[in-house]
Amino acid sequence: MNVALEGEIVRRLKPVFGYLHRNHEKIGENATYLSSMPYTDRLDYFCSMTNNWAYALSVEKLAGIEVPERAEYLRVILAELTRLQNHASLLGFLLNDMGAWGTPLMYAFREREKILDLFESLSGSRMMCDYMRFGGCRCDTPPGWMEYARKLVDAFPRFIEELEKLVVGNEVVIARTQNVGKLSAELAINAGITGPMLRACGVNYDLRKVDGYGFYPRFKFRIPLGEHGDTYDRLMMRVLEMRESVVILKQAFEQIQDGPIMNPKVKIRAFRPPVGEAYGRIEAPKGELGFYLISDGGTNPYRYRVRPPSFINLTVLEDLNLNPHPY
Amino acid sequence: MEALEQVKSRIEAAVPGVKIDIVQNPGPANQPSLLIDNEHAPAIAQFLRDDPALRFDFCSNVTGVDWLDRTVKKTVKVKKSIDGEEKEVTETTEEHFPGYLEAVYHLYSMTQKHGPVVIRMRTPNRADGARLPSLTPIWRSAELQEREIFDLYGIRFEGHPDLRRILMWDEFVDHPMRKDYREPDDYEYEPTPHDDVLERTKQHYPARPQLDGAEEITATDLH
Repeated sequence: MNVALEGEIVRRLKPVFGYLHRNHEKIGENATYLSSMPYTDRLDYFCSMTNNWAYALSVEKLAGIEVPERAEYLRVILAELTRLQNHASLLGFLLNDMGAWGTPLMYAFREREKILDLFESLSGSRMMCDYMRFGGCRCDTPPGWMEYARKLVDAFPRFIEELEKLVVGNEVVIARTQNVGKLSAELAINAGITGPMLRACGVNYDLRKVDGYGFYPRFKFRIPLGEHGDTYDRLMMRVLEMRESVVILKQAFEQIQDGPIMNPKVKIRAFRPPVGEAYGRIEAPKGELGFYLISDGGTNPYRYRVRPPSFINLTVLEDLNLNPHPY
Repeated sequence: MEALEQVKSRIEAAVPGVKIDIVQNPGPANQPSLLIDNEHAPAIAQFLRDDPALRFDFCSNVTGVDWLDRTVKKTVKVKKSIDGEEKEVTETTEEHFPGYLEAVYHLYSMTQKHGPVVIRMRTPNRADGARLPSLTPIWRSAELQEREIFDLYGIRFEGHPDLRRILMWDEFVDHPMRKDYREPDDYEYEPTPHDDVLERTKQHYPARPQLDGAEEITATDLH
């Protein structure tokens, strides 16, 4: 960041990007559709499952592929588990940066590790899952997986309560987050802010409800909304969304049935979608993750574009820092 | 949401002198798009954002596409009379389509909860510094994404508040997402600068732009 300071007050701020740039899109254009799937894990290694889903969804839109029922349920379960571990570790990192060295982060990582164990036993890798395919998922759950996941989700609300007790009433947290980094709803919409950051400003826009992709219309859940758009609301949004994720997961465990997990009509090798273009998007834990694909009928996409949530959320970084500070 | 034809006719009624084509999308995704003319693009964008029935207040995705020059060969069998005799002759015609760079915007409405409407703009050619009007004054979400297009495709957005390279370093010369981009033999070519090597280095790299230091930043207030 290039920052101009006056004492401790930020006068100007320009974020500087590109230190992790590896031109993922060029790699995607030079690889076949399937071989881009493991690369999407690396976009955000906390949420590889949702990255997989967003890419699979876009290719399914591009080629008009149906997904079997069990695979859709598995996708919802994995996406919500990803949301749980992402939000928990986010709270841990926030407290870490505020001076609570290590301990809250390790509490969050303890829970995260249990979820990553589930991912590992399912896909073979903790973080680079590479689990979803166009038209379904790569492999079915191993025996006992569902029971273990159910137990984990049943025990998860206790952890959320523990974390909430640590965070919500804490004097330091309140002093350093309330009225800090305020964002108005108008600016948030205009600047394309998505995800919990947008809903902390009170804008009711969650793609799970708006687009209703996957099987989300089959579940009953609420969208938590903030009021002030400050850091405290954004933090609370994560706590409340974790609760709703648990609600979704419990319903999904009730409803999931045995069945095929892969559409047998999909050609895995030499996969060539018809000529055309498609933009698919999902509600990733950090915001709207979209993939824009143009096919020229070949085995590689002509254009492969990732619409990243966090990169675009950083548009307002300067505005958040320039707002009047309580001190 | 209204069909794209209706959106098109509404824009044509609201913005005089506008020229819009519908670009069909043949695939199963069924997302056709509007090709708008560059001159009226800001007015069209403003209308799309502010019209109470449309209210496309959320510009989700902004991206560039590079379309190369194309030559399509067509072989047609034609009946011709040669020396009074009817004969079938194959004729080959070559049709040349000039390439262009394209900027694609995916618009949604957060208030009306509908979308997407896809709008595209095209540059006249693929030359370096081809220009398009910037839509950042309408949707601020385009700010970083238009910078990215400028960096990776080389489209200059007129009216952008802060058009600099964003992902590549400032000394970088080419635009890596173009289809005809050739990567250098050695990315890390950086000779130890002294004596005659230093002279050659100076010729090899353009002068470093003055970008360090916060006082150099051109910040414009958008609100």
